[in-house]
Amino acid sequence: MSYLDLANLEKSFGATRVVRDFTLGVDKGEFISLLGPSGCGKTTVLRMVAGFEMPTAGAIRIDGQSVTDLPPNRRQIGMVFQAYALFPNLTVAENVSFGLKVQGVARAERDTRVAEMLDLIGLPDLGARYPFQLSGGQQQRVALARALAPRPRVLLLDEPLSALDAKVRVSLRSEIRAIQRDLGITTIFVTHDQEEAMSISDRIVVMNGGIAEQVGAPFQIYNRPATRFVAQFVGTLNTLQARLVDPARGTVALGDSVVTLDRVVDRPAGSTLTLALRPEALRLGHVPDHDAVLPARIAEVEFLGSVIRVRAEVGGNLLSLDTFNRPDAPPPAPGSQVHLFAAGRDFILLDD
Amino acid sequence: MIRSSRLWSWIAFALGAAYFLLPLAGMFEFSLRARRGEYSFQAYQNVLGDPQFLATFGYSVLMAGFTIVLGVLIVAPTAFWVRLKLPGLRPVIEFVTLLPLVIPPIVIVFGYIRLYNTSSWLPMTGSALGTDILLMCGYATLSLPYMYRAVDTGLRTIDIRTLTEAAQSLGAGWITILGRLILPNVFVAVMSGAFLTFAIVIGEYVFAALLNRPAFGPYMVWMGSNKAYEPAALAVIAFSITWACMALIQLATRFQKFTKASR
Repeated sequence: MSYLDLANLEKSFGATRVVRDFTLGVDKGEFISLLGPSGCGKTTVLRMVAGFEMPTAGAIRIDGQSVTDLPPNRRQIGMVFQAYALFPNLTVAENVSFGLKVQGVARAERDTRVAEMLDLIGLPDLGARYPFQLSGGQQQRVALARALAPRPRVLLLDEPLSALDAKVRVSLRSEIRAIQRDLGITTIFVTHDQEEAMSISDRIVVMNGGIAEQVGAPFQIYNRPATRFVAQFVGTLNTLQARLVDPARGTVALGDSVVTLDRVVDRPAGSTLTLALRPEALRLGHVPDHDAVLPARIAEVEFLGSVIRVRAEVGGNLLSLDTFNRPDAPPPAPGSQVHLFAAGRDFILLDD
Repeated sequence: MIRSSRLWSWIAFALGAAYFLLPLAGMFEFSLRARRGEYSFQAYQNVLGDPQFLATFGYSVLMAGFTIVLGVLIVAPTAFWVRLKLPGLRPVIEFVTLLPLVIPPIVIVFGYIRLYNTSSWLPMTGSALGTDILLMCGYATLSLPYMYRAVDTGLRTIDIRTLTEAAQSLGAGWITILGRLILPNVFVAVMSGAFLTFAIVIGEYVFAALLNRPAFGPYMVWMGSNKAYEPAALAVIAFSITWACMALIQLATRFQKFTKASR
C-alpha cells in the first residue's frame, strides 16, 4: 500500500463533474506533479487532499489512516499557495512558528525550529521582517518554511512558482526539490507548466477533463505518451499522416519512404495512421538506421544559443526540428531544399 | 490653466471649511460668554463640575465599550463567515444590517419593553443590569449598519480565503483564525466601526430615555432645555472627545507596522 492513497476520487460542483475516478498511490518521500491545462481538476484533487473540498465519492488515506472526513486542521498536511498567503500581521519568524504555536510546542523548541527552517530556506537574517518587506521569491520561501515547520506528513504545492518571474522560478524550483529530497517529505505539486513538472518530479500525473490520462516518470511521459492528449500537451510535437503497410511488423509508408515502427499496430493494413515525432528526433543530415527520409524546404531558422530550432515544410506541413549548435556546422539557409531523417522507433503512434 | 483650477480647488475647500467651521466657531464663542462682558470658561467649569456630567458620561463611555465588544463579536464572525462560505447571502445580510436605519429606535425600544417587561417571560427591565443589557443590545443594533460595513470593507482588502486555508493547513481552528489573523488584519476597519459606535452611543437619546438609564444623551437634552451657555460648552466638549478618538485611531493605525503592506 502506498503512503498517500487516493482511491476513486470524484468531485462534482452541481452538475459539473470536475474530478472523475481519480486513483493514485504516492510512495513515502516521492515528488509527484499533477500537470494539466486550466480546469483539468488538478487543483481540486490537491484541495481534496488538503481537506478544503470534500470528495463526492472515494477515499483519501495517509499512512493507512483514512483522512477523508477529517477537517483540514487535523490532517497534518503542509500547503504552499500560489499567492504566498503569508499572514501580513506577523513577522517572518512568527509566520514560520505559527503552526508550531498552534500545536502547543514550547517556546524554546519553537525558536530552534524557526531558526532551522530559516537556515534551510537561506534567509536566516530575515526573521524580524514583515511579509511586505520581502520580494516574491523570498515570500514563497518563507511560505515553504512555514508549511514545513510543523513537520507535516504530506506537502502540497499549489502552483507555488506561477507568480514569480522566470529566473526566480527556475532557481526556486531547484531549491524546493533539494529541500524536499533533504527532508524526504512526500510532496504533491500542481502546475500547468510542463517544463517545471518534468524537471523536478519523480512521477507526473497528466490530467485532462478530470481524469488522469497517464501516470509515469517524466522520461516515460515524454517519450511514450499513452494518449494523444498527453503527447500533444507535453512537449512540442510534429504530426504526420502515414499508411499502414504491414500491421504485424509495424511497417508504414511515409511519403516515399517505408518505415518500420518499433511495435505491432492493431489496425487493418491500408488504414491511415497519425504519427508524431519530437523535434529532437528529426535530423538534418543522414544518420545510419534512420530509415525515414522526408524531402523538405527550410522555412524558418531560430538560433537559440545552444539549440537551433528549424521549421521545415514537408508536404504542406510545417515540422519543427531541434539540433544542437556546432560552431563548425552553420544552420541551413531558409528556402534551401534538404532531407530530414528519422528513426522508426522514434515515431509515436497517436490513437484516433 | 493648472493655476486657475488649483485656485478653484482652494476656494471650494475654503467654502466647505467655512460651512463646517463657522458654526463651530460661533458655538465656541457663545460658550465663552457665560460671564457678562468678558470671555471666560465659566460654562465649562459648570459642566465639568457637575457630578451628573461625570456620572452620565462615564456610564455612556462604559456602555459604548461593551457595545463595541458586542458589535465586534457579532459582526466580525458573521462578515467573515459570509465572505468565506456564504457569499450568496451577502445581499441578504447587507439588507438586514441596514434595517436599523429604516426602523426608528422608538419602535425597537417599545418592542423591547413589550417583550421584556417585568411581567413577561424574560423580565429584563426588572433590574438595572437587565435594562443595561437591553440598552447595550439596542445600541449594538443602531450601530450595526456602520460596524458591518466597516468590517466588511476591511475584509475585502485581504484574501481571507487563502489566509484561512493557510492557517487551517497549519492546524489552526476557527477561534485562532479569527482572533490571531483576521481581526488583527482588519484592525483599522474594526476601529473605525468602533469609533462610529462610540459616537452613536454617546449621543443616543431615545433608548436611554425610554429605558430610563442615566446616559449622556438624556443629560445633554436636559441641559439644553434648562441652561443657556452650558449646552454649547457641552457640545464643544463632546466634539473634542470625538476628535480625540479620531486622533487615537490615526495614531493606532500609524503604529501598526504591517499595514504598510502593499496588498
